[in-house]
Amino acid sequence: MTSAAISPTEAVREEDVRAAGELERTWGDPPGLMGWLRSTDHKSIGKRYIITAFVFFILGGIEAALIRLQLSRPENSLLGPDIYNQIFTMHGTTMMFLFAVPMMTAMGLYFVPTMVGARDVAFPRLNAFGYWVYLIGGLLLYTGFFLNIGPDTGWFTYVPLSGPEYSAGKRVDIWAQTVTFTEIAALVASVEIIATVFKHRAPGMTINRIPIFVWSQLVMAFMIMFSMPWVASASMFLAADRLIGTHLFNPAEGGDALLWQHLFWFFGHPEVYIIFIPALGMASQVVVTFSRREMFGYPAAVLANIAQGFLSFGLWVHHMFATTVPQLASSFFTATSAMIAITTGVQFFCWIATIWLGKPRLRVPFLFVLAFVVVFMIGGLSGVMIASVPFDTQVHDTFFIVAHLHYVLMASVFALFAGFYYWFPKVTGRLLGERLGRWHLALFFIGVNVAFFPQHFLGLDGMPRRVYTYLAETGWGDLNLLSSAGAVTTALSAALFLVNVWRSLRTGAKAGDDPWQADTLEWATSSPPTSYTFVHLPVVESRSPMWDHSVDRPVVTGMRTDLREALVTTLNDAIPDSRHYQPRPTIKPLVAALATGGTFIALIFTPWGLALGSIVITVCLIAWAWPDRQAHAELRRFEEGIA
Amino acid sequence: MILSLLQGWVGAHSALEPAGPQAGRIHALWQFMWVVSALVFLAVVGALLYAALHRRAAGQSAVNPDGVRSATRWVSIATGVSIAILIAFLGVNFVTARPLTSAPGDALQISVTGYQWWWSVQYPSATPSDQVTTANEIHVPVGRPVVMTLSSRDVIHSFWPANLVGKRDLIPGNKSSIWFQADTPGVYRGQCAEFCGHQHAKMGFLVVADPPAQFEAWLREQRDSAPPPPPGSATRGQEVFLAASCVMCHTIRGTPAGSRVGPDLTHLASRRTLAAATLENTRANLAAWISDPQRIKPGTLMPPADLTPADLAALLDYLETLR
Repeated sequence: MTSAAISPTEAVREEDVRAAGELERTWGDPPGLMGWLRSTDHKSIGKRYIITAFVFFILGGIEAALIRLQLSRPENSLLGPDIYNQIFTMHGTTMMFLFAVPMMTAMGLYFVPTMVGARDVAFPRLNAFGYWVYLIGGLLLYTGFFLNIGPDTGWFTYVPLSGPEYSAGKRVDIWAQTVTFTEIAALVASVEIIATVFKHRAPGMTINRIPIFVWSQLVMAFMIMFSMPWVASASMFLAADRLIGTHLFNPAEGGDALLWQHLFWFFGHPEVYIIFIPALGMASQVVVTFSRREMFGYPAAVLANIAQGFLSFGLWVHHMFATTVPQLASSFFTATSAMIAITTGVQFFCWIATIWLGKPRLRVPFLFVLAFVVVFMIGGLSGVMIASVPFDTQVHDTFFIVAHLHYVLMASVFALFAGFYYWFPKVTGRLLGERLGRWHLALFFIGVNVAFFPQHFLGLDGMPRRVYTYLAETGWGDLNLLSSAGAVTTALSAALFLVNVWRSLRTGAKAGDDPWQADTLEWATSSPPTSYTFVHLPVVESRSPMWDHSVDRPVVTGMRTDLREALVTTLNDAIPDSRHYQPRPTIKPLVAALATGGTFIALIFTPWGLALGSIVITVCLIAWAWPDRQAHAELRRFEEGIA
Repeated sequence: MILSLLQGWVGAHSALEPAGPQAGRIHALWQFMWVVSALVFLAVVGALLYAALHRRAAGQSAVNPDGVRSATRWVSIATGVSIAILIAFLGVNFVTARPLTSAPGDALQISVTGYQWWWSVQYPSATPSDQVTTANEIHVPVGRPVVMTLSSRDVIHSFWPANLVGKRDLIPGNKSSIWFQADTPGVYRGQCAEFCGHQHAKMGFLVVADPPAQFEAWLREQRDSAPPPPPGSATRGQEVFLAASCVMCHTIRGTPAGSRVGPDLTHLASRRTLAAATLENTRANLAAWISDPQRIKPGTLMPPADLTPADLAALLDYLETLR
């Protein structure tokens, strides 16, 4: 295995064509429906993930539209409290658990391997398993909703309201298990991303040359790893309280209602940053490419990103300032909540400097980033306000908070759209329409601001959250109507985006490998990438490998093409260390996911689901680890190859 | 005062119209933060747009070392200014929060218990017979601190009279308290702020701030039991009350009705509102509420009363005597 610049002679070209053919046979998905179900290619899985999460985004958006319709005038009779409570719970659960986090991890699962110069994630079968589990969770939630047993106690599902005494039936159980599914999927994705970034980077991509988006994915993955277990415990405790009467949250039996809130928000606050940090990463990537300049203050930006990850674990009590948490304790959380603003500030300042020093091109992805900063500034500043305990006691659980959280999360959606416009040509081979994109941005920006800015004043004016209606005499009607008009505009902008995608897929301009003259490795492969991504794994000499060499980029040679061979490099310096054999496509992840899904769904109805399900899952895992004959033969050839 | 008159029977309900020192301090903090935030927003967005839209002079290199040096200086300054603003924010916040935490000793004690979806209000007294129980309408004397002891009988609720003070949760198994003082006489609406199930939206209450003498008079009246109804329709109405399902949940002191599941009705007719500040207290509204509470508050725990029109009229006659 050697690194060498390829000279573009005909002989080498022919050699490459032969290698590409063999690589396609080795890495390609098997044909047909079964092949689709067996695929372990991170690009196939990533695409499925992105499309599924986007479908949930549309569903959550439809729920939002229904909420805004109901609230557009006082004492509206469109939705009663029972269906309204289900819809706002579905909206929150869908957007947080089925759209935002899966979408951010999906972007990572697709782009992280490509950006670090690997052909797949570290554990491709596990990756497929994660997607299937996520899909089953989403289907479970919506099956419940369409059967009119959708959860109705909010995405935060506070006890005792969600406990056995006040929420009979299976609604809350469906919520708890949906959350369990998405926790597993997110943990799987975090394992993939961490292992891929740590061990599968291209030779030469030392730790200080990792693209900023990849850094943000790494921080996100660690945050998932440390925060998801909390909500996993919480939802398990809740299920236990409801199914087998454990009374963990029942104060009458020595349990504690506040325990739920601590567990939930110890996950719930990092969750917001799990969404926001990759959004920052995407925006950074777009800023760099469209400023045509390396990131200004790369070390500061990366360290701020990491600091943000740590600090986000010290904020959770600011969701509980109205509870009985003592003042002194609360002050600590006020301070950390203020401190985290510095980390965002540093990243924004670095962008402004990058743009200032660069030669900005005002294309749609870049314009989305500008809108992202404007929208986030509003959400971030109101976030600092509510870090104040006295002020928060006024606006907590009011529409002021609804406005704040939507500004923050919608900002991440602006960054996500920047990412979509930026990477769409890479994934599909075609550019999205520039003009429609500008219309999409304009309508989206107007819609979000008209929908959410008035809500600050509704909250200050006394309107609580999660109300299915309000009295005409309160005088909240006008601003609510305005807000609903903003929601309609936002929905229109989303429709424009879909039109843009549809038109681009049919008649869009061909993108070529590198339509934006970007700096990172995903642009070194074809658009869309082949199953093996790179004919020769790339070698990196700086933070901007694509700007170093426009042709004759240095590559790794000597990798096998007849086997799924991955290169393992060292953690800090990305020096080639060993070869790693990756398995062929298999149906096992899907079977294991079905077994896991069956177990959790059975557990909604009977504790026996766990006992019997564990046996089935164990059998599946044994089968998973069982070497099939073909793989065995491959492995032997592989070992011979190393010897 | 004028504001609360304009607001009609619902009362004033805004954090932007403080009627006491607690809400006043928070309002001042809001104004400070609003101005500072607007300035920070304009500075950052202005810098961003300027950087994005300015035209770089031809021939100037993107890796110009002077540019990098000056950018480093500006990024450091901006970070430093951000830190300074946040430290100032912490200071102002601390100064605002400190006087809000502990109530003076001579405060009036009131305890509020949350139920799905109404509020029980008690004025404790050393003499048990002087203890006052009412619902959804809290009278307080102007100019005197009031401590609310909060608890919940079922799920988590949150007590929020926005014109007077910020909110505090009522958590089962956790006693909490909050204090405020009303400086302006008036009617202030509050509402449950923690999602508590079907009728979270219609779980309101009123705080009525009266001049001290008027408050004492009110309290004295509330101590009394209900007088026996005058003969005729009202007496017939009392019989209806005691024979129908009403008696299963409600108390009317001075009668055999003594259940604590629903609001105390001893002085129902003295209250401004019905169904937790959802309806103005009029005869027509009361009739509608008793006949079909599920239409007004779907999911409410109060069952409909299946009464003949004559019985309903008699019952209303009786309830109107409960002043």
